[in-house]
Amino acid sequence: MSGHISPISLYLTIFMALMVLTGVTVGAAFVDLGQLNFLVAMIIAGFKATLVIWYFMHVKYASKLTKLTVATGLFFLAILLGLFLVDYGSKAFSQMPPFLS
Amino acid sequence: MLDKLKIPERNYLNNGHGLASWLLTKDHKRIAIMYLISISVMFFLGGLFAVAIRLELATPAGDFVQADTYNKFFTAHGVIMVFFFLIPSIPAVLGNFLIPPMIGAKDLAFPRINLLSLYIYWIGGVFTLYAMLSGGVDTGWTFYTPYSATGSNSNVVPVALGIFIAGFSSILTGLNFIVTIHRMRAPGMTWFRLPLFVWAHYATSLVQVLGTPVIAITIVMLGVERGLGFGIFDPARGGDPVLFQHLFWFYSHPAVYIMILPALGVQSELISTFSRKTIFGYSFVAFSSLAIAVFGFIVWAHHMFVAGISTYAAMVFSFLSFSVAIPSAVKVFNWTATLYKGAISFETPMLYAYGFMGLFAIGGLTGLFLATLGMDIHLHDTYFVVAHFHYIMVGGAIMGYLGGLHFWWPKITGRMYSEFFSRIAAILVFVGFNLTFLPQFVVGYLGMPRRYHSYPDEMQVLNVMSSAGASVLGLGYALPVIYLLYSLKKGAVAGPNPWGASGLEWQTQSPPLTENFIEVPVVDREPYEYEHVVAKEKHLV
Amino acid sequence: MSNVVAHADDHGHAHAAHHPALQHHFDTMAQQKEAAVVGMWVFLLTEILFFGGLFAAYMVYRIWYFDAFAEASRSLSLFWGGLNTAVLIGSSLTMAMAVRCAQTNKRSATVNWLILTMILGTVFLGVKVIEYADKFEHHHVPGYNYQWAAAHPSTSLGAGEAAGAEHAAPSTALGAGEPHRELSLNADQLQLTTQIYFSLYFTMTGLHAIHMIIGIGIMLVITWMAYKGRFDEQYYTPVEMTGLYWHFVDIVWIFLFPLLYLVERHV
Repeated sequence: MSGHISPISLYLTIFMALMVLTGVTVGAAFVDLGQLNFLVAMIIAGFKATLVIWYFMHVKYASKLTKLTVATGLFFLAILLGLFLVDYGSKAFSQMPPFLS
Repeated sequence: MLDKLKIPERNYLNNGHGLASWLLTKDHKRIAIMYLISISVMFFLGGLFAVAIRLELATPAGDFVQADTYNKFFTAHGVIMVFFFLIPSIPAVLGNFLIPPMIGAKDLAFPRINLLSLYIYWIGGVFTLYAMLSGGVDTGWTFYTPYSATGSNSNVVPVALGIFIAGFSSILTGLNFIVTIHRMRAPGMTWFRLPLFVWAHYATSLVQVLGTPVIAITIVMLGVERGLGFGIFDPARGGDPVLFQHLFWFYSHPAVYIMILPALGVQSELISTFSRKTIFGYSFVAFSSLAIAVFGFIVWAHHMFVAGISTYAAMVFSFLSFSVAIPSAVKVFNWTATLYKGAISFETPMLYAYGFMGLFAIGGLTGLFLATLGMDIHLHDTYFVVAHFHYIMVGGAIMGYLGGLHFWWPKITGRMYSEFFSRIAAILVFVGFNLTFLPQFVVGYLGMPRRYHSYPDEMQVLNVMSSAGASVLGLGYALPVIYLLYSLKKGAVAGPNPWGASGLEWQTQSPPLTENFIEVPVVDREPYEYEHVVAKEKHLV
Repeated sequence: MSNVVAHADDHGHAHAAHHPALQHHFDTMAQQKEAAVVGMWVFLLTEILFFGGLFAAYMVYRIWYFDAFAEASRSLSLFWGGLNTAVLIGSSLTMAMAVRCAQTNKRSATVNWLILTMILGTVFLGVKVIEYADKFEHHHVPGYNYQWAAAHPSTSLGAGEAAGAEHAAPSTALGAGEPHRELSLNADQLQLTTQIYFSLYFTMTGLHAIHMIIGIGIMLVITWMAYKGRFDEQYYTPVEMTGLYWHFVDIVWIFLFPLLYLVERHV
């Protein structure tokens, strides 16, 4: 029994896509998009990660359980970051400790 | 018809002799036994520190030890009990032993990783104990910054490292259970035919796998802050000590569910077996375990209501904390409905189960007091909190552990213990426990702070009651060591199913074969169907 | 179904021939492989949450001290960071090729691709050594003799301080130098808050580097096993597991690169 064997051309395509997207990330960083810069960078990074997970890590061809496992990890990471923001996003913060402002 | 029962000739205990056959074993049952011995040692060590605490608190003045030493005592008690006793206890002992037979498998998915988790536990334990005994740590088991990072001059890093290492043991156990339960079930063993013990351990494993890494990274951050002078939580450099608390409690709250979920699973087995009735609302109980696991991840900041989180965040977390009580209540209602019109009896495991019902309910309800923002402002950091969590962790988790240990002892060893002494011990535990911790609700409500080695004179009576109760409780814990060890040689032979319980593990010999089953069982029955169970053979000494 | 008090018949090995790598508590190779894949992914979940804690800390402080993060990020070498990103993505390709060759039972090709992956991984680590050495040189390691203001005079009040002029301004290759816009933090504040950035920088990249070192170590073992012919199209699970681990390490860097190196580069 062996798992799904991807064609070499697929791997090369994904590799090229990742390199191009890296270039786009760097390029976009030099354009002033204000608050959007961060979002754009994260979206591109997320897409790159998805390519790696889906094709290099063969999750596309894996069982439902494997896919569920990946989704669970991302879900709980989102909980971690999201609920932190519930606190940090809802209180004023001083830039510096009082003795230094 | 009643042949004299004999211990089966071939079983996992005599399959291979010598230290190497144990230390290098891949048999989940032997690993469980080694965990049993290890955590028992840790339990008594942690108990010694509890004795020291209660000795100090028997008098209002701080006259037994100095404040710094007292700080080290309660830190040691907390660290040892939480990380080296409660978190491994039921999963590493009962879960390891029982999950493969319960699902019809020959072993866990990764036997060598199971053994590795034991080694890692030992290494972490040795590290932590060494650090505790060579100077100790005085930060409390929660080791908040900035005191733990820059203020304390005690052995913070070695203890933190020991906990970091032990965390991997927990992660590997959880990982093993998840894969095993998903992929190693026997034919016909569908999810909804699983014993609720297995559901509970599946939920626990999710928490272990998802939560433990966060305290691991928190310890790493604390380590670089303390050891390398980095500034992540350092307020002098603009850092936020409350960030440490967020990260710490993101794990440590789900950790309490690691401690209680397995006991809730044991409880379902005990209630059902000793009412000879199928669990009322099986799927509700099964899903409630998952719900507790998931909800447990979104309530952590209720430990931080007065730490400096925003009022908005406090309200959110207070509300979420109320909701996590619901699945727990579902379980209690379902157990009660199971008892109703069941053929209930009072064997020792069931005595623990009865005690569990009431004490877990009290612990859970007092948690709601603490989840209420207005109340928590007064109760935070008082003995009310201490009483609350001891009701759950001792009145709940430890009684669940003892109940499970007594229930499955015949399966694990092939022997029955003395029912007379075991019932006495169970009663001593129940009485001693309440005498120890009920007064603590009162003194806490009156304002006695936790982690102080002295207190106002007018609180002495209640504190003395608490200390007296602790000695009764200690006696109740010491007795099982004696009669359980005694039973190994002199106990009556148990046979495969002395309780008349359902479940695949009771269909095999006691003690089981190394490979659990000679042929893979095919499951065609729902769980808890008592009509089909082999007639009970009661052995009362 | 009951096997109470069974006499154990000799569980000999005369059952149907099975692959030598099949462990006895599994029924089939397929079940064993699936268990390994799920198990490895569960382990990677723990890694997601492990790094996740650092990302959470980063998130909080980037909100609080954006200017410090921006200034500090601009002082990192975009060249080395970008190069490393390309190298690591390349090593993911070579790793995927190694797994593919193991799947198709090409022994020496598997070994070669694994060796290439290790080489690329080592290049990555070498570059990190260069970057870290530079940080040490410029006193950008928090806690020990940390100095930000010396090389980075502030302009928040509009008045540039020439105090740092004697210290050689960092070369343009590192992208550091004069602040590029009005900041909301003064020099003293930057001295402190940039330490938070660098504490996170070193912890995150350091932890990542440790994972890479472990990965290379594992690859050495796997390469040796492949060389010895231990794998075939039925059993190449260890290679695949190593691949999963390595790709994960790559994914972490995919996020670290923009978060650490690309904060407000357009200024």
